[in-house]
Amino acid sequence: MIPLGAYLMVSAALFVIGAFGALARKSAVAILIGLELMFNAALLNAVAFWRYLHPQGFDGTVFAIVILAVAAAEVAVGLALFIAVYRRFGTAEADEIALLRG
Amino acid sequence: MGAFLRDPSVLVEALRTLFLGWGLSPGLTTLLLYVLGGLVLATGPMLWVIFLIWFERKAVARFQDRLGPNRVGKFGLLQPFADVLKLLTKEDIIPAGVDPILYWAAPILSVAGVLLLWPAVPLGLGIGGNINVGVLYLIAAGTVGTFAIFLAGWSSNNKYALLGAMRTVAQLVSYEVPMVLILLIPVLLARSMNMQDIVRAQDVWFIVYVPLAALIFLIVSIAEIGRTPFDLLEAESEIIAGFHTEYSGMKFAMFFAGEFLHAFTIGILTAVFFLGGWRGPGAETYPVLGILYLWLKGFLVYFVVVWMRATHPRIRIDHLLNFSWKFLTPLALVLLVVAALLDKVVVDLGTWPRALAHLVSHGVVLAVTLQIVRAWARRLPRPVVSEPRPVARPQPQPQPTGTGD
Amino acid sequence: MVAYWIFALVSLLMVLAALVAVTNRNLVRATMGLVLVLFGNAVLFVLLEAYFLAVAQVIIYIGAIAILIVFAIMLTRHVGDAWGPAFHRAWAWAVVVAGGLAVGLLFWIAHWPAADGKAKSPVDPQYTKLLGKALVAPDGYVIPFEVASALLLAALIGAIYVAWGGRRVKGPYPQRSEEKEA
Repeated sequence: MIPLGAYLMVSAALFVIGAFGALARKSAVAILIGLELMFNAALLNAVAFWRYLHPQGFDGTVFAIVILAVAAAEVAVGLALFIAVYRRFGTAEADEIALLRG
Repeated sequence: MGAFLRDPSVLVEALRTLFLGWGLSPGLTTLLLYVLGGLVLATGPMLWVIFLIWFERKAVARFQDRLGPNRVGKFGLLQPFADVLKLLTKEDIIPAGVDPILYWAAPILSVAGVLLLWPAVPLGLGIGGNINVGVLYLIAAGTVGTFAIFLAGWSSNNKYALLGAMRTVAQLVSYEVPMVLILLIPVLLARSMNMQDIVRAQDVWFIVYVPLAALIFLIVSIAEIGRTPFDLLEAESEIIAGFHTEYSGMKFAMFFAGEFLHAFTIGILTAVFFLGGWRGPGAETYPVLGILYLWLKGFLVYFVVVWMRATHPRIRIDHLLNFSWKFLTPLALVLLVVAALLDKVVVDLGTWPRALAHLVSHGVVLAVTLQIVRAWARRLPRPVVSEPRPVARPQPQPQPTGTGD
Repeated sequence: MVAYWIFALVSLLMVLAALVAVTNRNLVRATMGLVLVLFGNAVLFVLLEAYFLAVAQVIIYIGAIAILIVFAIMLTRHVGDAWGPAFHRAWAWAVVVAGGLAVGLLFWIAHWPAADGKAKSPVDPQYTKLLGKALVAPDGYVIPFEVASALLLAALIGAIYVAWGGRRVKGPYPQRSEEKEA
């Protein structure tokens, strides 16, 4: 059987790449994509921990289901904001929208 | 032979002993059997498509008072082979500015998205799909097709193709909602998401329980595969050929074959969910007979799909979306809630009383729906027919001054 | 043995696709990278015998979230075009943060004793059924489940409100604001 650490490694790689994307990208949609990668890493972790440490219980899977719901909600609101911002500014590059910079 | 008819799994066992006799390891044998099963499951439907193409062309021709293909082979039966030969020998045109990977991936995904549906289908007692979350798997596999069409439209570097892709996303996402809601009704009646269990629960076909649900499922499925009257993805009078404008040769043929196979798959799925699947006289004793029954039922529904294609005009894009969001989705929601509440009460009454109770509830829902629709339609402003409307007429041309003698 | 190969192949593909998703300046291609990662995640869930979650992952992430992202890209002109740099000026800081995170996570996984552990027991074949019951059982997880539903509803209403912009758009299709003001 594949050791738990292998899953954790994949998850960590996804999380790091997602974090980089969320921090470094210009476009708002690309930032959202980075966030989704991080959500997925967390999801993979939750399921792997469930399978290896506590396969009889429900905590891991319920946690994963809640993550799925939160990710869906986050994307819906995020994209709505994205469209609203695009209407207002005519662009969706995160570093060009600088109303609060003064 | 008799043993095979009674229990098809002896074939698998015979193959397994054959492979083990060749000196292969048990793990490799299992893998090989899985691959073989997958090949059979993928090749069978793809070969069947050849017949479907002939059948649909012939049927549509008859609807349109034509003869259809009748030159190549008896009754034109070999026409699809000639078509394939023609498509194979065509020049493979790749327009400038396409996105190479996605452009190539789209036709493959389009066929794969249909073939992915087949592993979940129970072909007979103990044959075919036995997935625990089968219905959810179907919905998940359906998303692949959406992406295939979107990718085809987007990667083609063509505005019409892109328009087709945008319509695809809007249409398929809209119709996925009522589809999921309607699929929950057979799941609820059978108390299982396993499609084998759903078939086994149909001592009385579910279409007798919930005819409205079956009808909505058929309509929504036709919209999901993007066929007339819902073929706005490739409406040739508006956006040339939609998402496959820039595809030619074998790549176009893959979209084409995928669409035909998808239509037949819809027939099979309707049969599984509402027409008793593989059930029929003698299907329990001879499971192979079940495949035949399923095929016949699926073909019947497929004929209905062809019939609709031949007799309905294409509907407008805003009508299409309104129909899904303002009519089908609320209706499906109401049907689901009614079925859930009613089934809790009547589940112990035995098969026929339960079926009748559901049938009556559907009659009531249908009557109420018709009343609401009628009341709503009366409140709409009536189109004025008597007022003169602007007519496109040719501008008076300036008369040539000279008499030109 | 087959499971090892599948795992290695899929995780390699996932990491590559994730890199495409965060570096490609073409947003549609980046989304396709994301879709590959999501699909790989579903395959890993199957390897972990979480079949329900694998299917739910495909339906929710690929069928809803990725499609929604694609939809948003298409609703806004020029956003999907590939021009200009993909990263903003301070991207080096992002590399620092991500690198630090990577080192920390690797250190933690390498030094955690349970990381090379094997699964303690097999998964119950009836697990999905039990999970369904546990999700709505009053002594189970009904409160998180309902809170998640309420969150989704709130997000839905909020998203409609925000995207609508609080004013009625004339005509069947919304127009860009600067075009209307011009």
